[in-house]
Amino acid sequence: MNEVNTKPLKERSATRNLVSHLMKDRLAIIGLILVILVTSSAILAPMIVPHNPNKINVRNRLKGPSVENWLGTDQLGRDVFSRVIVGSRIALQVALVSIAIAGSCGLLLGMMAGYGSKKLDGILIILFDTIRSFPTIMFALAVVTLVGPSLNTIILVVIVTSIPVYGRIVRTQTQALKHNEFILAEKAMGASKLRILGVHILPNVIGPLLIIASMDIPVVVTIEAGLSFLGLGVRPPTASWGSILNDGYAFIRNTPWLVIAGGAPLILTTLGFTFFGEALRDVFDPKLRQEVL
Amino acid sequence: MTGEGQKQTSENVLSIKDLSVNFNTEDGFIQALRRVSIDIPPRQIVGLVGESGCGKSTIINSILKLLSNNAEITNGSIHLQNEDILMMTPTQLRAIRGKRVSVIFQDPMTSLNPALSIARQMTDIQYRDQINKSTKRQRAIDMLTRVGIPDAQKRLKSYPHQFSGGMRQRIAIAMALLMKPDLLIADEPTTALDATLQIQIIELLKVLQKEFRCSVLFVSHHLGLVADFCDQVVVMYAGEVVESGDVRDIFHRAAHPYTKRLLECDPARIKTKTRILPTIPGNIPDLVNLSNDCIFKERCHIKDDKCPLTIAPLRELTPGHFVQCHLSQAGESQ
Repeated sequence: MNEVNTKPLKERSATRNLVSHLMKDRLAIIGLILVILVTSSAILAPMIVPHNPNKINVRNRLKGPSVENWLGTDQLGRDVFSRVIVGSRIALQVALVSIAIAGSCGLLLGMMAGYGSKKLDGILIILFDTIRSFPTIMFALAVVTLVGPSLNTIILVVIVTSIPVYGRIVRTQTQALKHNEFILAEKAMGASKLRILGVHILPNVIGPLLIIASMDIPVVVTIEAGLSFLGLGVRPPTASWGSILNDGYAFIRNTPWLVIAGGAPLILTTLGFTFFGEALRDVFDPKLRQEVL
Repeated sequence: MTGEGQKQTSENVLSIKDLSVNFNTEDGFIQALRRVSIDIPPRQIVGLVGESGCGKSTIINSILKLLSNNAEITNGSIHLQNEDILMMTPTQLRAIRGKRVSVIFQDPMTSLNPALSIARQMTDIQYRDQINKSTKRQRAIDMLTRVGIPDAQKRLKSYPHQFSGGMRQRIAIAMALLMKPDLLIADEPTTALDATLQIQIIELLKVLQKEFRCSVLFVSHHLGLVADFCDQVVVMYAGEVVESGDVRDIFHRAAHPYTKRLLECDPARIKTKTRILPTIPGNIPDLVNLSNDCIFKERCHIKDDKCPLTIAPLRELTPGHFVQCHLSQAGESQ
């Protein structure tokens, strides 16, 4: 022993910790790869599609996979691979937009319910419960009947049905936090209601909310595909994984690749985001690791 | 501001007069505080002693006006340097909290926000001052260095969980003194810490109290610390002040039977080996159905038939030494 190493242990930053944890978890890596794949295809869709996804070429209809059409063509001769790529755009658009809006509204309403007066809490909880008592698909059917099917209808339905979920989580967290001593300490320091909510409660509730929201992405992707499959979502000729599935469904005996082309990305996206979301949750909340979803 | 402060140096920093607080519960009105009067002179350390549930926390919450919704102040007044706290609007109250009165809480493990860095928390409480961020940071660093956090510059970006309990309490003290308050309320600041740390924190508080020239209301169970740290002591029992006076009056010439018994129960005073620690037999009276006489009569060891069935008057035995008892006279408690 010539020299004692006096260099202090390097403190790991939160990001480094996250990365090193994710690298150890195989499912997380698979999830991450799938998430990157889907996200990049959604972002780069116009650049990477080999064909116009909506161009009809009836003479070339229901062809099997080939060098020209990697996943074959559908009943109108459209290139299925291009449609799948463009479909990822619709899927993520619906998921991200609706979850972002629903998350923000849920955060705001949840904090109001959790920190505000008992009366306000009661009103908001009744509202949340009323919305949650409708099954999402039933609710979607009702809304579609009223306003007609469109992408915005799906987004609206998802927002309305998700706000109570986020709202309740945030409310419970806020209620648990507001009796903490550090909130009392802040009050004793003269902090106003707004300051306590914005500076002290928000950073404590946003973490769990983000994790729940990331786990909700696959759920919303499936809802969009389901509604589009039922013809309640995007209008033709727009490509969505649900409508690709529906197109292929009629010809499942002769041309199974159509159903596979619509179903596989759906399965992979769902799995990818779920694995990724679970890994995120494990990193931020190791207590929940053993629990089944 | 300073001119006003100097004018009032002879005035009490805090003056609580005849304060009564009720809690409205399903079982009826709990009379948590009854006719409590406490004066805190400038630059003095006043100890508040009493068993759990005697109303110490209610007093603190009354001073800050952070009582729970079912509490009702039925009588009395609280003056902070001649301003009546009970008459203040919520905005006025926020202006004094943290700025003129600040609090150190009991458990440093829970009194800091776990999701924010120390830097964020310490700069955030300076929101009242119109100064730039780096000045606020520098103030925080200076204050942390002052309370004995080594390498404050570096530690500033750490989060509460990266500090030990003693360090956290030092940070809490730093935060409480950052705004240079006139009155510092220390709510059992050492109860959650081990014995060595207790002494360190008390020594630190002593030095800082002299340096910042503030008054301190020191709430504690620990009689040894109170004797060591405080100038004056207020003894509470079941929501009433039973005895108050100079620290020597209370510890050497205790007059109220409760104070005497309390001092006998201090484990530090036990000279011979024993397995049985001394206790005061009996329980505190039911605060919902109070009889209108001496509150300590059921546990009193000196009471006799001559004790009148009325509330004992507060008598001044020697100047500044008050006791609420029909019988007691000043004398050596041992």
